[in-house]
Amino acid sequence: MTSRRFITFERVIKNGIVSFGRNIWLAIAAIAMMAITLTILLFGVVANATFSHTIDEITDRIDVSVFLKDTVSEERREELISDLKKVENVESVEYISKEEALKRYRAQNVDNPELLAAISEVDNPLSQELLIQPQDPNNMQPIKEFLDQSEIAQLQSDPTSYSGDRKEAIDKIARATRFFEQAGIVGIIIFALISALIIFNTIRMAIFNRRDELVIMRLLGASTWYIRGPFVVETILYGIVAAAFSLLVCAALFAVASSTLQASSLGLLDIKYSGEYFKNNLLLILSLQLLAGIIIGAASSAIATRRYLKLNR
Amino acid sequence: MILLDRVTKTYNRRGPALERVSLHVEPKEFVIIVGQSGAGKSTLFKLLTREEKPTSGKIIVGGMDYEHLSDKDIPLLRRKIGVVFQDFKLLNNKTVFENVAFALEIAGLSNAEIKHTVPKVLDIVGLKGKENNYPLELSGGERQRVAIARAIVRQPKILIADEPTGNLDPKHAWDVIKVLEKINRFGTTVLLTTHNQDIVNTLKRRVVTIQDGKIISDRAVGQYRSS
Ligand SMILES: Nc1ncnc2c1ncn2[C@@H]1O[C@H](COP(=O)(O)OP(=O)(O)OP(=O)(O)O)[C@@H](O)[C@H]1O
Ligand SMILES: [Mg+2]
Repeated sequence: MTSRRFITFERVIKNGIVSFGRNIWLAIAAIAMMAITLTILLFGVVANATFSHTIDEITDRIDVSVFLKDTVSEERREELISDLKKVENVESVEYISKEEALKRYRAQNVDNPELLAAISEVDNPLSQELLIQPQDPNNMQPIKEFLDQSEIAQLQSDPTSYSGDRKEAIDKIARATRFFEQAGIVGIIIFALISALIIFNTIRMAIFNRRDELVIMRLLGASTWYIRGPFVVETILYGIVAAAFSLLVCAALFAVASSTLQASSLGLLDIKYSGEYFKNNLLLILSLQLLAGIIIGAASSAIATRRYLKLNR
Repeated sequence: MILLDRVTKTYNRRGPALERVSLHVEPKEFVIIVGQSGAGKSTLFKLLTREEKPTSGKIIVGGMDYEHLSDKDIPLLRRKIGVVFQDFKLLNNKTVFENVAFALEIAGLSNAEIKHTVPKVLDIVGLKGKENNYPLELSGGERQRVAIARAIVRQPKILIADEPTGNLDPKHAWDVIKVLEKINRFGTTVLLTTHNQDIVNTLKRRVVTIQDGKIISDRAVGQYRSS
């Protein structure tokens, strides 16, 4: 009995493949639509990863620079650092000496001899500095309050520099990301529905084309599963072909994009990172596409066969 | 094996195709059902294969009460009954071999079993050498024999043959009847409809006569009544 079942299972798959081959021209519209849907899904995943990567990057760059007077002793400085580390939301505190500050200044302005000439080693006008990384750039208040205490403000040579302008940029990106996320989800749902409808229609036509055969199968004692199964297998194949096709096209697109758009960044969209993310997560993306393709295909053919193969007589 | 108790089937308002038909067939019986065209013979068979549901009455076949059939039972039931359909119901896009193999594929037999069984059955019905022809390349009689081969290939407990000799010359008609008798000897219950007077009178089997949807006679060794 089990071997019979296995043979039947094998036959259902085989018949599905045969039917797929026979209906390929009928199925092309369904496969193309599914490929578009899966491509949107792919871009959605990659864009989402890229945006959050961009946010992370910029967030990492948000910091607070505290410039200390030259008169602040090493002892006082160390005390300040250890106090700062206890302040809420402080991730890390880095000490930059006058010499180190000069080095960094030079490195930053290596292309600009005028600015380099303006500052000499003998008379280093740069302050020693404490560079604070916050854990959450949206919660700067505790750090600000600590630094604004008068005995600490008194140690500072220059006003504290908050790279707060960057925070606005982050908020903007975050808002854009949320918008794209929502638009993406709506888009995917709409396209998935259209794909499902087209597949549904394709299977409906395939059923009508083979109506006599299906009725005879039924009269000869074929089980519901034996009759419906091949249609479901067929549409699962649509999903697999569409996923493979979509992935190939996207791989080609990313290859072209990374070679023509040498500039690593297009505004908010870091194309280079997108390409890399795509490459590194190929398996994940492919599985996601296969999963979506198979679910859309199987669900719509299951409904179509249920509706148009009135087999329960 | 087969029990019908006051079965009525009404297709539409034009009156019943079968009316309060009661029939009891023992295992291994060979029953010929006769009656004019439109009497309700095919309808009776369609009720047995559950192609149609009775309007009222009770049907029990092989211990299965049709009133309590679930969707899963219907395929199993149909696999126990071999049917030679009056209109053959062959698949024109499949060869003779594939048409017969089809019945075995549905039942879940392996390809090896199918390759072994199908030629034997085609040999029995005299279609050796026609394995790779398509139904439309066959004569009416040959098609009929493909339908018979498909009906018997699963060695069913019950065989229903609706006019299996309709398109055959006397020689081939008798060949078919011999096949049915042989299968009956091996223990299959056979229900046969025919308009062939000669066959009915020669077989000396039980004959049930239907007229206007009612059984008007049922004799252990019947004769064809040409009314
Ligand atoms: N699907 C159907 N819908 C409506 N009426 C039907 C249907 N099938 C059969 N009938 C009617 O039921 C009656 C019995 O038909 P049935 O096919 O059982 O006759 P039969 O005895 O097999 O005739 P024949 O010897 O010509 O095959 C006929 O009047 C026929 O018109
Ligand atoms: Mg008939």
